[in-house]
Amino acid sequence: MTIDMSQFYQVFFEESAELLDEMERLLLELDVAEPGKDALNAIFRTAHSIKGGSATFGFNEITETTHVLESLLDKLRNGELAVRVEMVDVFLKAVDVIKMQLAGRQFASEVDAQAVAEIRRRLNELAHDGPAEAAVAAGAAQATQPAAAAAPSVTDGAEPVDPSPENLFAILVGTQPTEAQTTAAAPAQGAATAAADSAGASGPAGYGFFSETPPPAPAGAENRGRRASDISGDAQPKRGRRASDHIDIEATSIRVGVEKVDQLINLVGELVITQAMLAQTASHLDPALYEALRTGLAQLDHNTRDLQESVMSIRMMPISFVFSRFPRVVRDLAGKLNKQVELKTVGEGTELDKGLIEKIADPLNHLVRNSLDHGIESPESRLAAGKPATGTITLRAFHQGGNIVIEAGDDGAGLNREKILAKARERGLAASDAMSDQEVWQLIFEAGFSTAEVVTAVSGRGVGMDVVKRNIYALGGRVEIESESGVGTRISIRLPLTLAILDGMSVSVGKEVFILPLTFIVESLQPAKADIKTIAGMGTVVQVRSEYLPVVALHEVLNVRSKVTEFERGIMVIVESEGCKSAMFVDELLGQHQVVIKSLESNYRKVPGVSGATIMGDGKVALILDVEALARRPSREEERWAA
Amino acid sequence: MAKSILAVDDSASIRNMVSFTLKSAGYDVVEAVDGVDALNKAQAKTVNLVLTDHNMPHMDGLTLVRSLRELPAYRTAPIVILTTESGQEMKSRGKAAGATGWMVKPFDPKRLLEVVKRVLG
Repeated sequence: MTIDMSQFYQVFFEESAELLDEMERLLLELDVAEPGKDALNAIFRTAHSIKGGSATFGFNEITETTHVLESLLDKLRNGELAVRVEMVDVFLKAVDVIKMQLAGRQFASEVDAQAVAEIRRRLNELAHDGPAEAAVAAGAAQATQPAAAAAPSVTDGAEPVDPSPENLFAILVGTQPTEAQTTAAAPAQGAATAAADSAGASGPAGYGFFSETPPPAPAGAENRGRRASDISGDAQPKRGRRASDHIDIEATSIRVGVEKVDQLINLVGELVITQAMLAQTASHLDPALYEALRTGLAQLDHNTRDLQESVMSIRMMPISFVFSRFPRVVRDLAGKLNKQVELKTVGEGTELDKGLIEKIADPLNHLVRNSLDHGIESPESRLAAGKPATGTITLRAFHQGGNIVIEAGDDGAGLNREKILAKARERGLAASDAMSDQEVWQLIFEAGFSTAEVVTAVSGRGVGMDVVKRNIYALGGRVEIESESGVGTRISIRLPLTLAILDGMSVSVGKEVFILPLTFIVESLQPAKADIKTIAGMGTVVQVRSEYLPVVALHEVLNVRSKVTEFERGIMVIVESEGCKSAMFVDELLGQHQVVIKSLESNYRKVPGVSGATIMGDGKVALILDVEALARRPSREEERWAA
Repeated sequence: MAKSILAVDDSASIRNMVSFTLKSAGYDVVEAVDGVDALNKAQAKTVNLVLTDHNMPHMDGLTLVRSLRELPAYRTAPIVILTTESGQEMKSRGKAAGATGWMVKPFDPKRLLEVVKRVLG
């Protein structure tokens, strides 16, 4: 019977990805001076496992690379060779190369053959302690090459390989003879020994039996003692091995396709809407006559909310999935920039929606790179300023209300207010010395803005921050900046915990109902006539305590007939976006709701000023307003150009 | 009645392959992710054959073999150890631990079935 091995590939790819992440984590944590046997063993085993899988499934090129990696790791864990910092760099590069090779198999993406050859060469060099050794090994390989080459021909990667020991080594030698010459040295010698071996009763290639019946069970305390010490000797620390989690994970989790989860969330969303409609209808019924029904519906409301929360939590994952990539980024980049930087993470267990995790990675990456490039000073500058030579970048995540807050901070030089104002004026943006720090920091979010003196390969091209902001706003979130010269900078990203649900305030303008996201709302008030003023260059403003806030009359902006047009007879909802406050004028406040967001864009088209829609309890559609866009009305722009 | 096999390997993809191959050939298969898991499962249900990898966390294959041999139910049961090394040292260690036989990794379904057939008949 032939079995189609490709059905097992997907799990192998996922497994290998996890193993490589584990290897990278272990390498980054490795204490080069005193590596510790357990750590080296754990690293060895990740390479060994990947090799085992790739060999089984016929991914020869991956087997080759992991084999060379494993050989070097074996020498390190045996104490034959000492660990050096440059080795860790090479290992990290090897992780990248193997990831590339795996992707090549999984997605048929391009594999840089030169990079592969180079990493194998380098690993081999390190294993044989320098180029001189490699030449000797090559010589030995020459001798054994003909013997190995004579072995059965190499099958191509697609078919299952006949992996008897001699064949395996033939494959290692045969596929790419030129680069495998040095790598073949060690295994070739191994093959020679194996061939010469007469292992007890070895049968046809690849297996054997010791005797017809196994030896009688060893008894006695002596053996028990040895067994106990074997266990303690071979047992790996829980921390160091991903698979050690497998016992727990194996028993208590199942893999589910993302589409199934999304479908489930969608259906629950529909359920919430239907339940809200029922509640709405029931609210008109005579409580005395329909008590049982109303009680039942109240219970349904309760159950639906619980169900919704429960279903949403399925998609929640700890933010460590995003944070975990940064130790490597910081290490590589700090090295390149000749800076000493330490990365601290706080709140790694904080959970957020899987969809957000994927989307927050790039913006965070950009912020961290900025901190590394422009924030943290060189060791000399830091020492001169009385700071420790090593700078710190802190990534922190926590829940606040219905949001998750992610902070990226550094203890570097802080934003330079003067430089930013100068650059803003240069680019023709409204910039006045009267602007608050907050407003000045917001300028860096303008497209094409960068005060970097030198555009480095890392950042400074000025395409980043505006994209960061746009991406975060697109997720329904906000960005805030705090900075102090000489002390550091902290950028806070606030995101709703889930993309599908929104806490909003429903307001009425004429006959229409609109939703304003609660995250933007500061307060609501009914203005006094005397507080409404007109300021040249700013349009109509309302005075709130000591501030003058521009008024956005929604009935004008959205072209809706309102019930009231005199400001003092309606309500001003004070909102804050992009560091500035404005007042949205509406007829009435209707209430606070948690609404299910339906995309207007996918069901109709993109409408400016509107970020989505929802179905209210009475079955009517309410548009969710894009506060940021509305706040940026002409009146705002007038203010910007005034200075 | 179908013969049952305990397959022990920390790699899920290998376990999948082994499990699928053996089940397709009519055997019952129990999977374990390492030596500790294997010991638990071996005692929960007595199997006819144990196939175990060597390099695993928590408890390696050789230690598992020794531990199994201590159990009355597995004193003489067939235990085959999977190993990536085919050198003499590994084989003698396997023999000393009490294994019935050995099989080199990587292996393909064909060889797997061959070995199982030889052991279980």
